[in-house]
Amino acid sequence: MIHRRSLLLRAMALGAAAPLGGCNYEDPAHPDLADKFLHAMSAWNDRVQAALFDPHTLAPTFRPDQITNPPRFNAFYPIDQAPVVDEATYKLELGGQIQNKTPWSLRQLRTLPQESQITRFVCVEGWRVIGQWSGVPLGRFLRQVGADTSCKYVSFKCADGYYSSIDMASALHPQTILALDFLGAPLTAPFGAPVRLRIPTKLGFKNPKSIMQLAVTNVYPGGYWEDQGYNWFSGS
Amino acid sequence: MSRRVIHPWPLRLTHWLNALAMVIMIGSGWQIYNASPLFGFTFPIGLGQWLGAGIAWHLAGMWLLVFNGLIYVIWSLASGHYKKLFPIRPREVWGDFRSALSLHLKHETGVYNAVQKLLYAGVLLAGVLAVLSGLSIWKPVQLWFLCNLFGGYVIARYVHFFAMTGICLFILIHLLLVALVPKVLPPMITGGRLP
Repeated sequence: MIHRRSLLLRAMALGAAAPLGGCNYEDPAHPDLADKFLHAMSAWNDRVQAALFDPHTLAPTFRPDQITNPPRFNAFYPIDQAPVVDEATYKLELGGQIQNKTPWSLRQLRTLPQESQITRFVCVEGWRVIGQWSGVPLGRFLRQVGADTSCKYVSFKCADGYYSSIDMASALHPQTILALDFLGAPLTAPFGAPVRLRIPTKLGFKNPKSIMQLAVTNVYPGGYWEDQGYNWFSGS
Repeated sequence: MSRRVIHPWPLRLTHWLNALAMVIMIGSGWQIYNASPLFGFTFPIGLGQWLGAGIAWHLAGMWLLVFNGLIYVIWSLASGHYKKLFPIRPREVWGDFRSALSLHLKHETGVYNAVQKLLYAGVLLAGVLAVLSGLSIWKPVQLWFLCNLFGGYVIARYVHFFAMTGICLFILIHLLLVALVPKVLPPMITGGRLP
């Protein structure tokens, strides 16, 4: 994993010389002065974005003919390495400040009211695609299982080792869903089967795929990319 | 005393802070561009060694750019400095442009010639466009009205790119003119004195 990550970072830095040595977020475990400054500014930007976030502002929706086809795969590994989860035995595990932590099977998740959306998925790299997702509104689900929605964070752990977390206000946003379907059919492995987060008010990397565990907590959970230097809130 | 200074201290301070903001914003902007190029090229250099560092610099530098810019605008309006930029008359621009090309344009200390006026007003406009289109890209959902003003997220990215291009062209000409008339540099540091 470490090796693959460093290769990826190298690939991303391809063609980019380093005019300022050190100012690079290269080694998150050993931040230099520039890294500490950038961390402080990023934390400040988290607070600004939380203040700017309006729970009633909806992300723009699109027409079916505007859907990007074929859909674009994106992950920190090639498409053939996407994790394949056994849907028959799958159970979404719950943790943290949740009253009823009984795991949820896919069939149970499908008994809850489903919400469909055609929204824009904006990658931190700048590109965007439009897709259709449907699934269980996360706010509805959190209330169903008796989550303490006064907690700060909802965190996710995925089948591929990916992890991420979002603020509670964004988790309760009406367009934030635990997606089960993509483009009118159940999610496939590369696009996050069996359950992924779809949150159109945040950047793409805040939409974890193949979620195995969901937890509600007040302890900052970080994230795979967030821990390497991407801004945590990353709201749109 | 202050009347005789070529460049008052608020102008000098905001000028050099803006120069720093330009290095940070353009350098990190190139790094971000390279992650998903709009055109068939990438920039050979960028601030930060990967996208995450580029974005971190960009979103940190934006505060310097915007607050410094606001201080400049407020000072400029309050002190009347902005009047030096106007009026911009096309005939004067053309005349000063021709004499500049033939290297006959006189440098009148403390006065902006017509070409300067046009360039400064132009780069200020590009700066405003860069900030507004940048906010649209950063917050296309929360600042949807701003993003819509630019025709949506995709077009806002192009506007942001071309605003940067305009600013880079200005910097190129600006540095070239300083190189041609180097005596204008010290007063931008010390303030200088009008003759």
